[in-house]
Amino acid sequence: MMTDTITTLVDPAELEELEREIAPDADADADAGAETAPSGGRLGRTVVPARSDEPIGPRRAVRGVTLDDRFNLFGALAAALAVATLLFGWLTPMTGVVGWLVVAFLVFLGIYALLVAMRSDRQAVVDRVMTTMLYSAGAILLAALVFVVLYTVGRGIPAISHLNFFTETMKFAGPLDSLEVGGILHAIVGTLIQIGIALAITIPLGIATAVFLNEVGGRFARFVRTISDAMTALPSIVAGLFVYSAVITLITHQRSGFAASLAITVMMLPIVIRASDVVLRLVAGHLREASYALGASRWRTVWHVVLPTARSGLVTAVILGTARGVGETSPVLLTSGVTAVMNLNPFEGPMISLPLQVFDFVKSPEPNMIARGFGAAATLILLVLALFAIARVIGGKGPGQLSDRQRRAAGAASARDAERMSQRSRPAAATAIVEAPADPPRPPGASDGPDVPPGRPAPPEAQTPEERPA
Amino acid sequence: MSSGSDTTEIIEAALLNGPRESAPDDAPRPRPRSLDAKASRADTVFRVVATSAGGTTVAIMLAVGVFLSIRAGDALQVAGFSFLTETEWSPETQTFGIAAVLFGTITIAVIAMCFSVPLALGTALLISEVVPGRVKSALVTLVDLMAAVPSVVFGLWGVFFLQANVIPVAQWISTYFGWIPFFAVTDADGNRLTDASAFTSSAFIAGMVVALMVVPTQTSVMREAFSQAPVGEREGALALGSTRWGMISTVVLPFGRGGVIGGTMLGLGRALGETIAVYMIISPIFEINWQVLKTGTNSVSALIALRYGESSQFGLSALMAAGLVLFLITLVVNFTASSIVARSRSGAESGA
Repeated sequence: MMTDTITTLVDPAELEELEREIAPDADADADAGAETAPSGGRLGRTVVPARSDEPIGPRRAVRGVTLDDRFNLFGALAAALAVATLLFGWLTPMTGVVGWLVVAFLVFLGIYALLVAMRSDRQAVVDRVMTTMLYSAGAILLAALVFVVLYTVGRGIPAISHLNFFTETMKFAGPLDSLEVGGILHAIVGTLIQIGIALAITIPLGIATAVFLNEVGGRFARFVRTISDAMTALPSIVAGLFVYSAVITLITHQRSGFAASLAITVMMLPIVIRASDVVLRLVAGHLREASYALGASRWRTVWHVVLPTARSGLVTAVILGTARGVGETSPVLLTSGVTAVMNLNPFEGPMISLPLQVFDFVKSPEPNMIARGFGAAATLILLVLALFAIARVIGGKGPGQLSDRQRRAAGAASARDAERMSQRSRPAAATAIVEAPADPPRPPGASDGPDVPPGRPAPPEAQTPEERPA
Repeated sequence: MSSGSDTTEIIEAALLNGPRESAPDDAPRPRPRSLDAKASRADTVFRVVATSAGGTTVAIMLAVGVFLSIRAGDALQVAGFSFLTETEWSPETQTFGIAAVLFGTITIAVIAMCFSVPLALGTALLISEVVPGRVKSALVTLVDLMAAVPSVVFGLWGVFFLQANVIPVAQWISTYFGWIPFFAVTDADGNRLTDASAFTSSAFIAGMVVALMVVPTQTSVMREAFSQAPVGEREGALALGSTRWGMISTVVLPFGRGGVIGGTMLGLGRALGETIAVYMIISPIFEINWQVLKTGTNSVSALIALRYGESSQFGLSALMAAGLVLFLITLVVNFTASSIVARSRSGAESGA
């Protein structure tokens, strides 16, 4: 890579020569006045260095880890593990896995700093130790995430390994029954119904609000953005309490799946609005301007340019909102009610959902109920993981970035258009070019009446060039 | 947001001024035609639909706020100022206040911050400064995933795993650091407790679980702020011979300070409102407990989850008042945070 770089080199000898050349030039310039400016290309001439046959050694690793570093790291690690084990097993009466880890980590940092300090100065020691700390923070976080997921799934396996766990309800299963009886089908169905209703409200409302924030703008839009930001601060239990006291105690007088959906909507709406807002803001302004310049109206620009460009991001926003909504427990706790039977009617009677079912199961001291709780939690977390994976596959790309297939499709469409244009407008092309300077800019959408940008007189002949007779 | 109208204004100005300058002075000049556009029917409909969507969102939000305030009014009139100072919670006897639950909420949130801020700061710096591209995007995805793990799952983990493993640590801390008042664990007479049962269901354990739940929020805000630190200054620091940590501490952290503060506060806002995980872990009490390692604490959201079912209309109103206070606190925290974050990223928006 280094040998391929073209470098600007000015040879000292050449520079002298150049300076000698410039001096008469300057005189000539003074004579001729400002019109013959010195040609700027002469002084800083770019020289491509000639390649010599000298062998270039192997490329030096500038980022790699030296043997020394590696020894410091692994040596400190081994020493720390040994010291911690000694302290916990033999020398002191300390116990507990967490304590062991903490002690091992602290000892590791100390020994590592000492080892680095033997060969380097203070700056390097601080750098190494802090880098290690950063890595440890990341590792702790990841370990916690992986551990939480694996622990839940692991303890849920006894329950989810029975097929009836997914095909039966808890109608005939008591707390003492074995895992062969009863399941969480009613909770899964309840979750799907509730999240479906919530999505049916959230998607249109959330995306329309995000479009409003970005495309309409104005003072009210700023107010709406502030309010939706404030809405993300709404504690979930307060959303549940609101629906409980506003909808249940005043109107329906019973807990229902629909009330739970409303509570979930209140929680999901700001998430979807903010995520879509960010995505829509990323749509390049040039695309919008190009659309307006072609004479498209505002809503056509939004519908045909802005939303399709941001499609993947919007889908991601909705899916992430769904993943959050599915796991909401506290608003559902207040609004949906607990039941052990299947209820398909969201407007009548209690309808339980997965997170609430988990919560309800683990309140019981019976080991089988706790196992069922972990099973339901494992189902829930697998659902969230699946949603998340889908979101990553669809999203994860910026607006307007196409997959290979989409790019081929777009290319084919554009080739078809070019073919069509060239066939239809070839006879007219000559006339069009001759007339072009005299023509006023003509909006292509001129023929569809309501979309003409108003305030501009209609062109003399409302025909697009390709329709004009030869 | 405003870019569309800016562009229109520029074009209008160009159209209005352009011909005027080039036209000969004596020629009778046609009056520049008005460019005020009357929106087409489709556009009017679009505008109305979009605006009403925005209006609906605001209406929902205001409905929550207004409804809470109105319903909370009954209880607040009865309790008056003692609502903030009373620790008991028995609306039936007209003595109720949120001093204890609010204290518990804040204790749990502060403990959560003690764990989450170092973790989030370290992870954010690791992602934005240390690891190479591919690992970076994988880490970002995992952190986002962590934000989507349901709180009931964290609660399960906290109750069934973390509690048993943290109690020895808590015992150790109270044995060796018991001379610091809030690490002491004593009974009513001031005798030290060492039994493991005195350490279960404490604010300390709840705080640790809540910390894990708010770390993703904090990490993503901080990471974004760090990645906006200017490249020129970074390279300058490195070129002057600074180590990577030297560069981070002299360039990245000062530039990202707003993000760090804002991210911390956003996490604090979420920690204050956390319900289910806290509710599953703590054992609720209605007194101010300074000893964070000792069994028993409370939080506003746990109080609501605990009492909403048995409440009379007046009890519900009292819970509403508690919810309103919680909501106002999180609102203030969040607004402060987002204004700090917004100020720190001024000028970073795309010009489009």
